[in-house]
Amino acid sequence: MTSRRVFLKNSAFAIFGVGSIPAWLSRSVYAADGSQNRKKILVAIFQRGAVDGLNMVIPFGEQRYYDLRPSIAIPKPDGTPQSAVDLDGFFGLHPSLAPLKPVYDSGRLAIVDAVGSPDPTRSHFDAQDYMESGTPGLKATPDGWMNRALPKARGPASPVRAISLGSSLARTLRGRNDAVAVNNLNDFQVRDPRGAATFESMYESTLDTVLHGTGKETFSAVKMLQAIQKQSYTPANGARYPGGGFGNSLQQIARLIKADVGLEVAFADIGGWDTHVNEVGAQPAAGQLANNLAQFGQALAAFYLDLGDRMADVCVVSMSEFGRTARENGDRGTDHGHANVMFVMGGEVQGGKVYGDWPGMADEQLYESRDLALTTDFRDILGELVAKHLGNPGLKTVFPGYENPKFRGLLA
Amino acid sequence: MRKPAYAGLLLSLFLALPAISSSKASKDADEARRHAKLFQKRLNKDEQILHALDRLTFGPRPGDVERVKKIGLKKWIDSQLHPERIAENPNLEAKLQPLESLNMTPMQTVQRYPSPQMLRAIAAGRQPMPDDPLLRATVERLMARFKVRRTGADGAAAVASDPNADMEPVKSLNQVLDPAELQTLRGGSPERKRELLESLSGDKLEEALIAMPRPMRQQLFGVAPVEVQRKIQLLNAPQQVVAYDLLVSKLLRAVESNRQLAEELDDFWFNHFNVFYDKGSDRFLLPDYEREAIRPHVLGRFRDLLEATAKSPAMLFYLDNFQSVRPDIDANNKNRKVKRGLNENYGRELMELHTLGVNGGYTQHDVTEVARCFTGWTIQEPRRGGGFFYNDKLHDKGEKVVLGHVIPAGGGVEDGEKVLDILASHPSTAHFISKELAQRFVADDPPEALVQKMAATFQKTDGDIREVVKTMLASKEFWSQGAYRAKIKTPFEMVASSVRALDATVTDAWVLANQVGNLGEPLYRKLEPTGYSNLNAEWVNSSALIARMNFALQLAQNHVAGVKVDLARFGSDPVEVARTLLFRTASPQTRAAIEKALEAQKQKTPALVAGLVIGSPDFQRR
Repeated sequence: MTSRRVFLKNSAFAIFGVGSIPAWLSRSVYAADGSQNRKKILVAIFQRGAVDGLNMVIPFGEQRYYDLRPSIAIPKPDGTPQSAVDLDGFFGLHPSLAPLKPVYDSGRLAIVDAVGSPDPTRSHFDAQDYMESGTPGLKATPDGWMNRALPKARGPASPVRAISLGSSLARTLRGRNDAVAVNNLNDFQVRDPRGAATFESMYESTLDTVLHGTGKETFSAVKMLQAIQKQSYTPANGARYPGGGFGNSLQQIARLIKADVGLEVAFADIGGWDTHVNEVGAQPAAGQLANNLAQFGQALAAFYLDLGDRMADVCVVSMSEFGRTARENGDRGTDHGHANVMFVMGGEVQGGKVYGDWPGMADEQLYESRDLALTTDFRDILGELVAKHLGNPGLKTVFPGYENPKFRGLLA
Repeated sequence: MRKPAYAGLLLSLFLALPAISSSKASKDADEARRHAKLFQKRLNKDEQILHALDRLTFGPRPGDVERVKKIGLKKWIDSQLHPERIAENPNLEAKLQPLESLNMTPMQTVQRYPSPQMLRAIAAGRQPMPDDPLLRATVERLMARFKVRRTGADGAAAVASDPNADMEPVKSLNQVLDPAELQTLRGGSPERKRELLESLSGDKLEEALIAMPRPMRQQLFGVAPVEVQRKIQLLNAPQQVVAYDLLVSKLLRAVESNRQLAEELDDFWFNHFNVFYDKGSDRFLLPDYEREAIRPHVLGRFRDLLEATAKSPAMLFYLDNFQSVRPDIDANNKNRKVKRGLNENYGRELMELHTLGVNGGYTQHDVTEVARCFTGWTIQEPRRGGGFFYNDKLHDKGEKVVLGHVIPAGGGVEDGEKVLDILASHPSTAHFISKELAQRFVADDPPEALVQKMAATFQKTDGDIREVVKTMLASKEFWSQGAYRAKIKTPFEMVASSVRALDATVTDAWVLANQVGNLGEPLYRKLEPTGYSNLNAEWVNSSALIARMNFALQLAQNHVAGVKVDLARFGSDPVEVARTLLFRTASPQTRAAIEKALEAQKQKTPALVAGLVIGSPDFQRR
């Protein structure tokens, strides 16, 4: 059998022709050789419902932003908690995201603006589907990009290399590689030991192809997680995850990472972003969006703190199906739009900077005169992380039909 | 001779390599042909009866197969297609009777089961004090807290976060109950606690509940009879009673109703026109929605169902249409800082999810035009439980063009109604609805020929749902091997069918409803307007499978509170136990695994076997 080293080398030559192997690729070969036992881990976060990227990362340097949003704009940075947190003199974070500012300042958080899916759909369902399958416009894709992004396993793969937090397996993790949905690590077991053994053999032997596959994955994962379940978990470095599902999801991912069970990709989602009505409350930093962003930002900041040095192996990326209208609607909210914003956070991220080309917000600059235009394809960002961080150079398989993703230099 | 042959083999191997993708394509084509053939293969008579019970009910109960045999399959199906002619199970009706919010108007609901905001308004004197003693106790407790916290730093916020904090009640528990009673409630067995709660007179019971500290009430909740559970909720969080009634009634109906197909269709249509319980006013609008907009039309005309949902306060609120107004309304109003305007949410989902389907042939322009047609379709007093109200002042009077149809300027409420006409009679809708039904009742990938037959009936009968379902049930595809056991049960179906197969007695359906949530389908709580997917993949994943196995073992061993299984029904032969629950012979693999498990056991344990069968792969299909 071809060793992973040869496989990676060959693929590298296939991509770059005969020549020197780029630094990131030789490094991942090195890691895969066992000189370094720890895996690289990619964590994807989906903000379901289409977050209003323009109020998440505020283009306060753009006067049109204030013209189009008379009642829901976040004020220019003025040092108060009711204004944007200045990033670079043009963009600012929503005040609820202030806990992430230190991460940005330390260079470990990068922001990509005017990014998203090129498909014009404004249906949540379709747009989420496309972003999770990694094939905008193609409905028939049976599996998800994250499943395809898993590097070829050398030897037996960990049954928990791909985990989706929540009670159902995310679309993006469906596919030929084993992936499991875990709602709560401690509940992930058949509590009656007699039952556990019998169910295992039933699902192992059943001819029901659908249930056989999932059953087998399930029991392998159960065994893997048994050791973790016995220990209680205290986040490190005084990290405090916010209450609620999303904080809990990130905490469980951190726990899995630290337990070294072979996790490589993890997925979590957070809903409640579909702010058609009363997006912003009585004050700029209050209301629906602010509350949700606070949860989002606190959870990410806690995750970063909790993992400490282990962040060196970890890369977190956030996405949302599409952005929202540049103009506010009649209900102090926004409707379905186009381009959006993504966060990339990790130990090797070249952060402290807002990436992407700002398209402007004048009528003729807006997409269909209503939404922020797209200047970066989301697959450029994800492709770079898959190739450089996970060390999987097979981007033609991960993002079929998207032959030449343009890397932005988010990772060295 | 050998050498060239070997070389030829090598050569062909070499040639095969680049051809992998095309051979995969031909493999896919083979698979598709095999799949299509399955839909040509007919079921035998016994399979037909089981299939009908699997698909048109929430799973067979003991005796159902014989009952259908006796009536005749065709006649039984015909009766299920006319639920109004079926006498309802009187036991079910008795159990539904205490769930009074099911029959209330939204206005009654909002008054009887006030939200925390409403309670604060009463406490602050902005709303009248309720007559009900339990409700009054809740408000009084809140007022006491309110006064205490007022003096603190962040008054209102603290009250909002803890409206149930304990305080000194008017009468202490010692004054209401005698020492023996108290002892029972504190340390008695669950049965004794329940008996005592049942025996207390109305006034005494309420005084006792009011006097109890909250943890004690919570602790009694699990053993309490339905009436007492509702009183406890009324004290702890009045608004939760509405969710309680919805969930409990949904479970009870699935398990005990004689109108099984109608209940399956209620679940289907509610999910198709999904509304999320936790969105603001929808917390008190849902009982009205399901009762008035969904249930009367599950086998009726699609156009009626569509309009009933379009005009329901629940949908108007959920998809924001109640706030959508003509775009120019505040253009010249300088006093209005916040300009109101068009909201496209309903217009889009109406076409994408309710009627045409996402590829049904509409554009962003159509979305905007449809939204304009529905401006002014609003709710009278949306926070107080008012009904549908057309406000002409908010309506966009201009001309609109929807899918090529001109809707002339100057119209009123009929603009929206015309849109519903256009959409309900559109061929894409006929196809989309037929496909959704077929995916739910036949198979994930129903043959296109079947969908077209159903769509043709839809168009010919002007969207008569009963006729479309009839066409489906008369098709050879429905009665084929391609459909037989092709569906994975939804969590709701899994829970209901296991209770039915076990012939268990349900005294507390609330626990069961929460189990459905644990299995991955929180009822009335699907946030997205898509509803849950009708496809198997929605339910097959690790955490859901584990939850199913745990539930199965708990249920069969009588460890699910409020559900009682009569274990004496089951003999000691595991093969027979499996047959009793599956209504057919278990698969050899399932049987072997159970027999192996029993080898290690000293005594026969039918409860364990029953649990293993319910959690087996065999039982997850229908």
